[in-house]
Amino acid sequence: MMQFMLLFSRQGKLRLQKWYEAYPDKIKKKITRELISTILTRKPKMSSFLEWKDLKIVYKRYASLYFCCAIEQDDNELLTLEVIHRYVELLDKYFGSVCELDIIFNFEKAYFMLDELMVGGEVCETSKKSVLKAIAAQDLLQEDEAVEGALREIGLY
Amino acid sequence: MPAVRGDGMRGLAVFISDIRNCKSKEAEVKRINKELANIRSKFKGDKTLDGYQKKKYVCKLLFIFLLGHDIDFGHMEAVNLLSSNKYTEKQIGYLFISVLVNTNSDLIKLIVQSIKNDLGSRNPVHVNLALQCIANIGSKEMADAFGNDIPKLLVSGETMDVVKQSAALCLLRLFRTTQEIIPGGEWTSRIIHLLNDQHMGVVTAACSLIEALVKKNPDEYKGCVSLAVSRLSRIVTASYTDLQDYTYYFVPAPWLSVKLLRLLQHYPPPEDPGVRGRLNECLDTILNKAQEPPKSKKVQHSNAKNAVLFEAISIIIHSDSEPNLLVRACNQLGQFLSHRETNLRYLALETMCLLATSEFSHEAVKKHQETVINALKTERDVSVRQRAVDLLYAMCDRSNAEEIVQEMLNYLETADYSIREEMVLKVAILAEKYAQDYTWYVDVILNLIRIAGDYVSEEVWYRVIQIVVNREDVQGYAAKTVFEALQAPACHENMVKVGGYILGEFGNLIAGDSRSAPAVQFQLLHSKYHLCSPGTRALLLTTYIKFINLFPEIKGQIQEVLKSNSNLRSSDAELQQRASEYLHLSITTTTDVLATVLEEMPPFTEKESSILAVLKKKSGRMSAQEAQKEARVQARENNAVPALEKVQNAQLNNSTSADLLGLSTPPATQNNNQSNTGVLVDVLGDLYGGSNSNTHNGTSSSPSLTSSGAVDNIKKFVCKNNGVLYENDIIQIGIKSEFRQNLGRIGVFYGNKTSMPLQGFTPAVSVGPGQQGKVTVQVKPVEPSVDAGAQVQQLVNCECVEDFNGLPDLSVSFTYGNVPQRLALRLPLSCNKFFEPTDMNGESFFARWKNLSAPAQEAQKIFKATSPMENASIKTKLLGFGMQLLEGIDPNPDNYVCAAIIHTRTQQIGCLLRLEPNRQAEMYRLTIRASKESTSSILAELLAEQF
Repeated sequence: MMQFMLLFSRQGKLRLQKWYEAYPDKIKKKITRELISTILTRKPKMSSFLEWKDLKIVYKRYASLYFCCAIEQDDNELLTLEVIHRYVELLDKYFGSVCELDIIFNFEKAYFMLDELMVGGEVCETSKKSVLKAIAAQDLLQEDEAVEGALREIGLY
Repeated sequence: MPAVRGDGMRGLAVFISDIRNCKSKEAEVKRINKELANIRSKFKGDKTLDGYQKKKYVCKLLFIFLLGHDIDFGHMEAVNLLSSNKYTEKQIGYLFISVLVNTNSDLIKLIVQSIKNDLGSRNPVHVNLALQCIANIGSKEMADAFGNDIPKLLVSGETMDVVKQSAALCLLRLFRTTQEIIPGGEWTSRIIHLLNDQHMGVVTAACSLIEALVKKNPDEYKGCVSLAVSRLSRIVTASYTDLQDYTYYFVPAPWLSVKLLRLLQHYPPPEDPGVRGRLNECLDTILNKAQEPPKSKKVQHSNAKNAVLFEAISIIIHSDSEPNLLVRACNQLGQFLSHRETNLRYLALETMCLLATSEFSHEAVKKHQETVINALKTERDVSVRQRAVDLLYAMCDRSNAEEIVQEMLNYLETADYSIREEMVLKVAILAEKYAQDYTWYVDVILNLIRIAGDYVSEEVWYRVIQIVVNREDVQGYAAKTVFEALQAPACHENMVKVGGYILGEFGNLIAGDSRSAPAVQFQLLHSKYHLCSPGTRALLLTTYIKFINLFPEIKGQIQEVLKSNSNLRSSDAELQQRASEYLHLSITTTTDVLATVLEEMPPFTEKESSILAVLKKKSGRMSAQEAQKEARVQARENNAVPALEKVQNAQLNNSTSADLLGLSTPPATQNNNQSNTGVLVDVLGDLYGGSNSNTHNGTSSSPSLTSSGAVDNIKKFVCKNNGVLYENDIIQIGIKSEFRQNLGRIGVFYGNKTSMPLQGFTPAVSVGPGQQGKVTVQVKPVEPSVDAGAQVQQLVNCECVEDFNGLPDLSVSFTYGNVPQRLALRLPLSCNKFFEPTDMNGESFFARWKNLSAPAQEAQKIFKATSPMENASIKTKLLGFGMQLLEGIDPNPDNYVCAAIIHTRTQQIGCLLRLEPNRQAEMYRLTIRASKESTSSILAELLAEQF
């Protein structure tokens, strides 16, 4: 089971955090700080895996963003790299060549997308099409509500 | 500002831009505080906010939280959003709750109703929101509130696939906090059959759930094995176009494949030859595919394909039964050792460690020794080098030990500081374990001190001294070698300690050579004295007094040193005391007395190498897998030790009364040796398991050896109800119990003796085959953590349904300093606890005794006394056993007779006892008659071990 996922920039700024295991806020901050500084000091050719306490850390850098997951001993490191990649693909498809700014300004969308891919720390849906379809359905609801709102404003609804 | 999708919240985007434009941290904080004040006033204001505004402000709070600031308000507004009829508002409400609410129970009560409404919604998008939220919080309250709804949602024919997926994983999350949530019975097969579902997404999600259920209860879910194998077989043989969007970079369904392979690892290889054949075919195909040219150059293709491959290798190692597959796996990993992807090299090294422990593939792994040594020298990533060290350690055996130890020593000179200490321990263990020639062992350890003295822990240098003291053949060599090592201008303090001790004991063996004459030895040691810490100086003072005994000719010289102000008036009390006592010892006593006092140290007695225990403690990443690895290394070692070796060991045991190489002797032998050596061990020994040492109370197959000094008193509890059940360095377990009629209550007290909390603390009681259905135990849960120095109590309620055999198991597992611990103990709940003493006169006793004369009603045991046959202690034991002692009834005043009734739920069993001691022969004869046939032998069995 994945324990948490962190997204942070090369400057060490946290952009997204998702915790699948309950930790107190203080511990969360401590873990985040430690991991960010550990990973940022690693060199490009190093392995994407490290042992950390009793967890395995899997991370990968995409442009200016690091994606970092903590998994348990029984979990598969290589496939976790591909969970990250699938998530990046989804973000990319949705935003159209995603960049760090998209995630900053639309962080809620990034969360919604992750919730479709993973539930409770396990992979839920691996099909790119299905996830995008679910997100599109959400957007459709959102647009309907927007139109409805606009109509109400001018007294037509 | 990039485009915002959907009906973006403009205010939010402006705020985010503002923050990004802040030039300094102070400016950012100022802007945030302004915004927080604004939001607070909006939320407090009289004017009611509409949904959109609430959503926008809640979103801003979320953003501020994500920047790392604490948020202490807005929760109520977020809760309100949950019941909005607008999806976007609801969604933001849920997001806020899933990000900010941990397990704050007050708030959770408020949201349960909203979640319930959404869970019942017709719109699958709403249902999924609710499920994701439950999975996110995953608390006990959630399990209580939705434990009924979610399983139904999962198996109902009307549920849409997307909802089923979330429901499966949501249920899994709740199962992890509250195991009772999964209904048993017919649900089991309905859940298992999700593996046959048409929809790949549903199968993937369900497979995670089933894996967790299997882990808890493998027998109940056994049916999933054949389904999982056939599903796997279909995927493995599918072409990459068959599975459409579930093919990932030309690899068919890698996530599901990995999950299925993981699931199967919880079972032994399938018994059904058809299923087993099919599984092996799958594994074969996966190994074949690894050899095919890649269908894509992309790393995603290779990762997904190899993820499946590694999982397949993992199951091959786990079954450890197909030599052909094991060797193929090993060859495949061998190829990866020189792959250009660092990740693959890392994983190959790690997985090979496990292969090295299998007797089928150990030799195949050894073929790659050169490559692994090379990795140690050339890998640029320390975590990969660490893996190489681990693998060298795992692949080491008698044939390659010298080479591997030498390579590790070479590497140690330049090794990263972070792994030196662990490496030192590993080298020390290998050198000891595989030493054929103890001069080599001494050389290795002295080299360790020379190269990495700072990282040589006490255990390591204690150990070399123990071995030298115990082995006469190496003492002269050791003395010569330390003498040479001490001549280096700068030598490590640990070297001085070892040198001081060894020369003090065996310096006479090299004193014949003028180059190492007594005075030279003394001068050499004393030249280091002033550079050393007080602890080492104290050790050297002892060496000096030993020298006075060994070499009377330098007595004057040494007395001068002892007399010197820096010693006799040292500010260190210990040094002062030693100097003055040793000085007077040398002045006042005769040489005979001196020789007796300062005689050579007797051999050390030893059970097992203390270094191994330290290594296990040190490497914080000791997982269950590591433990398995270690256990398998041990098992292979024991098999691999040639017969001759065993004979030698046995002789060695006899001659020196201690096993120096605790590691290379099968543990069973050690146990036998121990139990022969003293009565004490017997008293604490195994009561119920006969000669099988596995049923011993204590740490069994535990990854850690912290059971040092463990005392297990289970046997004593047959005749008492309160006291300390078990104790080791970490934990003390006490028992207070009371019984009335057929009911009982046992209080188990767990005391943490350490200064660190015990995490993941889970004591579990389970009844064995002898008690199944005959006694019920109800265990109250305890907190999962025991604080440093604290004690927690656990209540166990029990009821005797009918007479039963043996004792229930009490298994206590927890993590101490990252090292998982497991204690396999017994709960002191035996059949005799439900006795009610019964008084009667001689006449009625003998009348009843005659009534119970059917052969099966009587059990008799004749046994030798193991403790003094004192009247008082025998009486105490019989009373403690729970029976009424009837005095003056038996014609022979030496005999004891007792009577009692066992209360069970279904009946009362009358029991009579007669114990006849024979003091000349130191034997007892115990006769028990009971109204129920099975009972008499159970009681005789229990009581016979007590005298």
